[in-house]
Amino acid sequence: MTVLTPDEVAAELRSGMTIGIGGWGSRRKPMALVRAILRSELRDLTVVSYGGPDVGLLIAGGHVRRLVTGFVTLDSIPLEPHFRMARQRGGIELTEVDEQMLHWGLLAASHRLPFLPLRAGLGSDVLRVNPELRTVRSPYPDGEELVAMPALRLDVALIHMNRADPAGNGQYLGPDPYFDDLYCLAAERAFMSCERIVPTASLLESGPPQSLLINRAMVHGVAETPGGAHFTSCAPDYERDEAFQARYAVAASDPDAWPRFLAEYLAGDEASYQEAVRRLRTEPVVTQ
Amino acid sequence: MSGTATRAEVCVAACADAWRGDSAILASPMGLIPTLGARLARLTFAPGLLLSDGQAYLLARGPGQVLEGWLPFRDVLRLAGAGRRHVMMGASQLDRFGNQNISCIGDWRQPRAQLLGVRGAPCNTINHPTSYWVPRHSPRVFVPAVDMVSGVGYDRAAGLGPRAARFHELRVVVTNLAVLDFQTADRTMRLRSLHPGVTAGDVIAATGFPLAVPDDVPATRWPTEGELALIRGQLDPAGLRCQELA
Repeated sequence: MTVLTPDEVAAELRSGMTIGIGGWGSRRKPMALVRAILRSELRDLTVVSYGGPDVGLLIAGGHVRRLVTGFVTLDSIPLEPHFRMARQRGGIELTEVDEQMLHWGLLAASHRLPFLPLRAGLGSDVLRVNPELRTVRSPYPDGEELVAMPALRLDVALIHMNRADPAGNGQYLGPDPYFDDLYCLAAERAFMSCERIVPTASLLESGPPQSLLINRAMVHGVAETPGGAHFTSCAPDYERDEAFQARYAVAASDPDAWPRFLAEYLAGDEASYQEAVRRLRTEPVVTQ
Repeated sequence: MSGTATRAEVCVAACADAWRGDSAILASPMGLIPTLGARLARLTFAPGLLLSDGQAYLLARGPGQVLEGWLPFRDVLRLAGAGRRHVMMGASQLDRFGNQNISCIGDWRQPRAQLLGVRGAPCNTINHPTSYWVPRHSPRVFVPAVDMVSGVGYDRAAGLGPRAARFHELRVVVTNLAVLDFQTADRTMRLRSLHPGVTAGDVIAATGFPLAVPDDVPATRWPTEGELALIRGQLDPAGLRCQELA
């Protein structure tokens, strides 16, 4: 196991790779790792994600060729502006699948199966817009026809946990594990950022054994990134930074404002991002 | 009976009625008025319903925020697969067979307006009962053909054959004007009841396809005094329900 910085994680990636990103919408996204990709020269990525601002930012940075998802949302703000604009100008390839189909694709990959059958997708236009998707007939007497969801094999998975130890055991303390364990097992290599690296013996001080979602057979590198899910939620360490997310959404919706947002928050490294966010919280409110 | 209920309160009761008869299954309302409706249903005639807090916790019936279970997204999907769920989704577009679109408007390859994406609509509609909530009934929503079928309608379901579609069931569509259903011979949308003060002509004018209109369309029921007391006193004392119709 290696303890890495976010930039060292990004350096492990290659252009053209298929990257799975854990979390859900604007919840517990590995944003520090995403920001590291924004600083990189990586291009033509295929991103698999229950999409949130991770997807929006990577699209805005020009790092994404294809997106595999069922939605992209900021949760409290329903539509993700960068994703929206990219789609409307035809600037991104999309494999649009149902949420359960994405789950099944990760499950199939994590079990090293070529596909898994499911009912979701039948009758919908998901099959029309993904002509490569096939159905499969049950070999048993029922003969039922089902969608054959192909394995979503990932080159790399990126996830964010509340705690981890230096060996790569990861712990979530919030309400939902999302599908982070599946992303890791669906990937050749998985990198986990976390709010805090603690000694193995301290893991159970924060939560029960069942909160140890990730074990060290599932990941290949761990990075300590306090605030590393910001501005998405990382309960109980912090909730979503709604004020910052609103600022992001406004800037992302306005091509004139976006370069200013980039310059203010994303021009430097992770430490300077966190410092800019801190400054924003402490600066006096200016009323116009 | 009460003539003093607002349109929003009529809608809450109409949404609640969507879950009438449901036992211990997960009610997944999307939007405020469906959420109030599901909670009202559980407090009154559908006590078995399971309701989440919008994240991963199931909250017990009755006052307070008593946690009765844990339901992360992976288990919501599992309950959907098991059929122990009745969802009430929104719809950006809906056609006469109940095909629903929440994905995008225009040509999917380069949409005029990218919306949410199909989310769980394909899974929901093919696996368990689904209802819809449309806060602004208009020809923009009720269209002859939707641009991207996310939720599966009755014609698509029939095309799959009886076995594949055996769990498909669209129950009701509740709007700010009326309640609609699919209880027609060809499973096209029918006007089921008109909210007080709304005429069949209003609904027909706001619907972009031919709607089945029975000779005698009943009025959507008023919420009872007991229901109004619950809505106003317990479920939505701040009165946010009116804003969803604004």
